[in-house]
Amino acid sequence: MGKFILRRLGVMILTAICLTYIVFFLTNLYPNLEKVAKFQGNQRMSDEQVTAWLSTNGYLRPNVVKYGEWLGVVPGFTHTTDEGVVKGRCVKRGMTAEEIPTFCGILQGDWGDSNVFKEPVSDTIAKRLSLTGKLMLTVLLVMVPSALIIGIFAGMKEGSRTDRSLSTVSILSTATPEYVSGVIFIAVFASSAVGLKWFKGSATSAMEDITFANFTLPVLTIALYGMGYIARMTRASMAEVMTEQYIRTARLKGVKFSTIVIKHALRNALIAPFTVIMLQVPWLLNGVVIVETLFNYKGFGWVLVQAASNNDIELLLGVSVVSVVVVLLTQLISDIGYVYLNPRIRIS
Amino acid sequence: MEPLSAFGITTQIFIQLLPVWVALIATFWLSITYKRRLGLYGKLFDSVVGMIGFGIVMFWVFTGFFGSLDMILTHDPLSQISGMKNKVPGTPIPDSSVPYPHYLLGGDNLARDVFSRVIAGAWVVIRIAPLATLFSFMVGITLGLPAGYFGGRLDTILSFIANLILAFPVILLFYLLVTPEIVLTGLPQYMAAVLFFFPLVFLFMLVNSRFHTQPSTRNIMVAIIAIVGGWLYLSLVSQSGGGSAITVLPSALDGFDIPGGLLVVFVSVVFVNSPTVFRIVRGLTLDIKSRDYVAAAQTRGEGPWYIMLWEILPNVRGPLIVDFCLRIGYVTILLGTLGFFGLGLPPESPDWGSTINEGRKLLSVYLHPALPPALALLSLVLGLNLLADGLREESLRD
Repeated sequence: MGKFILRRLGVMILTAICLTYIVFFLTNLYPNLEKVAKFQGNQRMSDEQVTAWLSTNGYLRPNVVKYGEWLGVVPGFTHTTDEGVVKGRCVKRGMTAEEIPTFCGILQGDWGDSNVFKEPVSDTIAKRLSLTGKLMLTVLLVMVPSALIIGIFAGMKEGSRTDRSLSTVSILSTATPEYVSGVIFIAVFASSAVGLKWFKGSATSAMEDITFANFTLPVLTIALYGMGYIARMTRASMAEVMTEQYIRTARLKGVKFSTIVIKHALRNALIAPFTVIMLQVPWLLNGVVIVETLFNYKGFGWVLVQAASNNDIELLLGVSVVSVVVVLLTQLISDIGYVYLNPRIRIS
Repeated sequence: MEPLSAFGITTQIFIQLLPVWVALIATFWLSITYKRRLGLYGKLFDSVVGMIGFGIVMFWVFTGFFGSLDMILTHDPLSQISGMKNKVPGTPIPDSSVPYPHYLLGGDNLARDVFSRVIAGAWVVIRIAPLATLFSFMVGITLGLPAGYFGGRLDTILSFIANLILAFPVILLFYLLVTPEIVLTGLPQYMAAVLFFFPLVFLFMLVNSRFHTQPSTRNIMVAIIAIVGGWLYLSLVSQSGGGSAITVLPSALDGFDIPGGLLVVFVSVVFVNSPTVFRIVRGLTLDIKSRDYVAAAQTRGEGPWYIMLWEILPNVRGPLIVDFCLRIGYVTILLGTLGFFGLGLPPESPDWGSTINEGRKLLSVYLHPALPPALALLSLVLGLNLLADGLREESLRD
């Protein structure tokens, strides 16, 4: 088991390096750098001025070197301005020449500065991630139990009327992406024109103070899309378990149906959905971006949109590191959990 | 002109969609009459769920198709009529010279007809989604079969790359790839050059492995694939005009140009979907390759590509067809996501995602611009899911 986890960790690090390099490559393509130059300098720079600005700030060196600097394995770039002031990526405001560290990458814990938010990337991400964390946690708390209940009730008696109607509900929910359900929810529950006006159509106030009125709609919107898929997987797994020999034996012995479901079927039926739930977490990230945009909740997804639309290289890299780590960690947990839950499977 | 009542609007929309109803009834009548001779497609008409799904999907296919032939649209989806901004459904148009007297589903924020935009948006989806899914399947199958069949280092490398792409949050990838700046660098064209090469390889292998014992037949078919497919491929990849990254064909021979924005959308959707198809095909191949008929073919001395494409692939078609339907739905959702974030397609494009995005800004006051495209997208994806469910049920039955 230890060896397995170590190998998985190795693959994880390799994947993370490849992915961040791809992000790095894409954000450092020349038209994107031009956007950075115009954002930092001024909008009306001529082409020559852009090139000059980029080369004095060290943007035009090979990608591998710049990537190494960001990682912290290559000495940071410095240049001296005409006034004799030393500037560079490792130079913070108020530092004297001796204090400047040679390396400043993520290995040294320096994630760089965000161009858009004018603050260290680590601060931005920590702040926004905690906001999104609350959202995600609430979503999971709503989504997982309801999906499991729907799936178990549907799979308990395959082909029954309960099964048919619950399956239709779960198909409907997988067919409703967040931007559709969000719009419908706002129309029905929040619109000032015709709606019920139960909830608020914006979650901006939820960033300070979460209330039932401002947090319900975003949570429901994300939970709904993921719920159908988990419910269908649970149903399939439950229906399969219910055809097993030991269930039939229990029924013939005269055990009560509810006891059979709770004591005999449930434990075996929940192995498959566990993997699905863990693999669903990265998909939640997509939903989070859409919902945070739709409901104006300034969390991690909102930062992603801001960083990407302004080509804020350091922030984008930070965002992708976080999301890649989330994806890979959930994969790892789902693999380990699968082995833990299912003693029949042994790795290697 | 009087404003239309709710009943009037429904009737008018029903009349406008007349060609769609005719086509739908004809399709169903023909299919049900001959269902015993139509294989899996015919069996679909034994399942109620499958029929409902098929009906919804075909409704949108016909709507998109007839809409593109200008048989359904009441107004031009891009033109604005003054005085119609944010007007409620059924509002008559003040200017009486226009061909159609009402905005059936109201006007949007820029005084355009919502009804016509929804219909025009259907054509965007119907054109892109199935084709993009088909391309992802070609890429996924061409790579997934050998990965599963040969295994070893090839499998390790391909699986690593597939997992790499899958570990990317889709939205981040879209934000990085589908921007005007990236289109400027020509990157989408390079990706298109790589991704669209796989269908050619697939078709070539398909024909070559089957007919390599009859060189004359094989040569003719390979020549047809090379000429037709090659021309399509090169026209798709190379763009006429100065800013193109790849120009192989002279512009006289270049059959068609895909606008950079559309190409990048298409390429990214294929790029995002093919790893999943790859994983499915690889898994199925791993499962099937130990079967007796594969061993029999190996003993007969058949080549690996013959076994993969003519022995294994036909036997995994069931799950693949089901996944194909589901994946078209997923691609529809992805296209909507792109439109929702205003990526790729031009801002005035009538596709559903962009329309929802525009409509949501005034959602608390005016519902009618955002709701119709939202419900349209929902119903199409729902139809595809039901269709997949019906197909799964029917293919499991035998």
